[in-house]
This record gives sequence, structure tokens and C-alpha cells, in this order.
Amino acid sequence: MSYSKRLDGRQFDELRPMEAKVGVIPNAVGSARFKTGHTVALAAVYGPRLLHPAKLRNPKAGRLRCYYNMMPFSGHGNRVRPGHSRRSQEISLVMEKALAPVVDLSAFPNSVIDVFVEFPQTDAGTRCAAITAASMALADAGIPMKSIVTSVSVGKVEDKVLVDLTYDEEAYSENVADIPMAILPNTGEVTLLQMDGGVTKEQLIEALELGKKASQEVYELQVRSLKEKYGN
Amino acid sequence: MVINKSIVIELAKNGKRVDGRGLTDFREPVTVEVGITKSAEGSARVTIGETEVLVGVKLSVEKPYPDSPDKGGIMVNAELTPLSNPNYDPGPPQIKAIELSRVVDRGIRESHAIDVKELCITPGEQCWFVAIDIVAVNDAGNLFDAAGLGAMAALKNAKLPEVDENGVIDYMKRTDKSLPVSKEALPVTVRKIQGQFVVDPLFIEEQAVDARLTVASTADGSIVALQKGGDAPFSIEEIGNIVDIALEKAKFLREKLNQALR
Repeated sequence: MSYSKRLDGRQFDELRPMEAKVGVIPNAVGSARFKTGHTVALAAVYGPRLLHPAKLRNPKAGRLRCYYNMMPFSGHGNRVRPGHSRRSQEISLVMEKALAPVVDLSAFPNSVIDVFVEFPQTDAGTRCAAITAASMALADAGIPMKSIVTSVSVGKVEDKVLVDLTYDEEAYSENVADIPMAILPNTGEVTLLQMDGGVTKEQLIEALELGKKASQEVYELQVRSLKEKYGN
Repeated sequence: MVINKSIVIELAKNGKRVDGRGLTDFREPVTVEVGITKSAEGSARVTIGETEVLVGVKLSVEKPYPDSPDKGGIMVNAELTPLSNPNYDPGPPQIKAIELSRVVDRGIRESHAIDVKELCITPGEQCWFVAIDIVAVNDAGNLFDAAGLGAMAALKNAKLPEVDENGVIDYMKRTDKSLPVSKEALPVTVRKIQGQFVVDPLFIEEQAVDARLTVASTADGSIVALQKGGDAPFSIEEIGNIVDIALEKAKFLREKLNQALR
């Protein structure tokens, strides 16, 4: 079977329409809203603040802690039961790992920087939107960072390698692969990589290269939204 | 200058507030927007000053409770997310969130704002179940009133999804049928600080409150739910005065609701 035309009419290397804004949650030290298609992520950064419980404290550096959560009414079908799920905890973990390489927390011993991401509505690509928004919120909070982190999903539907899958594309057939990735735009290094589905090595590399190219557009939007608040 | 609780208390003694507002003035702007998320059958966003709350309504088809086979059900849940305020932690709802959801629930339920009999599809077999989720995005004070306003706006905004004879819902398809909402119960919370009555407190003002009373009312001025909080008592005379303030302020919020639904 061939996937000759995308369900929403996009090109195979085309991202959904995006919007980004920082400083959207006044109580937070830093915050961001990132929208791609129908997926909307809100990110808030609190801290540095003293880490509890004390046994987790590191006297040499602060710790980055991420929480991913879907609002109960944000799912594609049924209501999402509030509270931690195995899925949300795993995504929180991979978010931390995707962001950890860029943040320098040596100035915040025994402290924690908390990043909370909530979704009012979703249409796939949530962990990528979470990382993209979290990275902007960390920058807005003034946390020392070597780089912004940019995240997009790539994948395969039937015979086609493509970027930024929707729910409908993820459910298109049995022959679908979903590959969320995060990348440091200035070095091209990958800090998040997961996959559901099956691909050949050639398809994987092709998908990653496509993701690297597409993430440049996300990166430019991230920078632009920060400049909108802080100027050049 | 860092504004703390003791400054709030000192100012209140002279009838003043930290942001210069009158004691019974709401912050500006108060905004109500409906249909703010596609994934909910009904939704609303309410802002009061810097406070922001999202409310989503999800509908499902369930078997009616055995003791009310001809009635559907409603449920209110509130999430005081750690995203919304540095004082909130991740985890199951704490007592503050539970009280908030119970107070909003009581206003809707006791005013009979929703005709639960009309939510019945087949008696004893199928009924609509309405889940109202309140999520704080930025808690800068007065979540009670923002949540109650948002809940009514989201209910009024909701459209039933398509459902087949087996009760299986197609959430991608909406009908133009609304929920049977016949009136709007709106809560207004009046707080007592140093003997003064204050509405729409900032988060820091809430820390200085001696007692509060939430009064939910409908458009005809009927009081449909009450909740007293805080450690200090009220005299009956004070309760009368609070109800007067609450009914007056409910008119102001009702106008905001009606504008959003127009």
C-alpha cells in the first residue's frame, strides 16, 4: 500500500502551523505556550528552590525535574483520568533526559528546577511539544543553558517517511512508525529518541535527517518568541 | 517592596488593599471565552486579573445509578496544578481542590441548572454522564468565582457528540444539541479581613482571610448554595450583608457570561 497524499494535505516534510509565546503564566519564573496543529502545550518553570526530600539533594548542582500531564478533557476520545499514569511518568523521565544536556545547574546546589507541562488539547506529538515548550520556558526563566532544545516527531506511514504525524496518521494502518526526537539545533546532537513501529535502517536515517531539517523551523520560532519578549 | 500577609492586614484595618482597589471591586479585566479546546465537548477559559482557569466538559454514555434509573449524572473535579502556583505540588487533589470542586458542584446541582432527567437516554440502560474538569493555569487568587463562572460557560458551550444505539460515542462528530442547562448558578465569595468585607482577593490576600462565605445564586436572585470557610465566625447580620454583596457581584459576572455566550 502506498501513502501518496497526507490526510491533512501537507507535504511529507511539512510541519503543522505553529504558534509560540513566552511569559504566559505570571506566577511562574518562566513559562511558554507552544501550539502545533491541534496540540497545545503550556509549560511553567518554578525554582531554583530547595529540593525535597533531602536525600535527593546534590551539593554540587541543582536537579532538573519534569512533569508531563494531559488535562482531563484534552484527549482524542474519552476523558483522561487525572493523575500520574505509567505513560505520563515515562514521558516526564525522557523529557528530563532530553533537556538535561543543555542546562547548567552548577550554580544551584541542593536545589531543584521544576518544569510542569500541561495540555489543554492534543493531536499527537505531545512529548515533542512538551520539550519544545519546556525549553522556551527554561530560557524565559533565565536558567543557564548551552542551547535551546527543539523537538519534532518524525516517522513512517506505509512507504513514506514524514514529519509531525497527527493522531489520524498514527492510526492510518499497521505499517506506521512514530519517532519522537529532540535535537540541539546548533550541533545536530540528538537528546530524545524513541520509536513505536518498524523501519529499516535507511528509513530511520532518512527520518532523522528530515527531522533535523524541520526542527530548524521550530528553532527559529522559539528564538523569535523569546526575542518578542526580550528584544535582541 | 515584598508584599506579605502583614501588609495586607495593616491596610485592611484602614479599608485599603495592596493594589489600591475598592473592597468590593473585581480585578480588570474579567474575561470569559468559550470553545477554547477542540477535544472537550464544551470548554471555557476565564481570567480575572492574572488568575486563569480552564474548564472542560467531557460527555460519556453510562448505565444510570440503580437508585435513579431515569437520571443522568454530573461530576465536578478540580486540579490545582503545580503549573499554576508555586505552592501546589504534583499528586492527588489536596483538600483545597476537593473543596473547590464540591462548592462548584453544589451550585450546579442544587440550582437544578442541569435537568438530569433529560440526560437519560433509555431508563435503566443508558444516560449521559457529564464530567466537568476545572484546571487552574495561573492561580493569582479567587479560584472559586473563576471556576464557577468557567463551569457554567463550559456547560452552556457543550454540544452532544454522535452516539449509536449501542451507546458508542463518535467523539469526532458533534450534533447541534446542547446540554439541558436551564439556569446559571454563579458563586461569589466574600472574604472577611480585619472586619472588612472583600471580594476577588489576590493570592496573598487569601492568606490573610479570617473567614469567607461563598454564595452561589441564579439570575432571579435565589441563593442556591453556600459554603463558609476560614476560622472566624460570622454574625447573622454579617451574613445578610455578605449575601447582599454576593448577589450584586453575581450580576456583574452574569453579564460577562452572557457576553461570552452571545
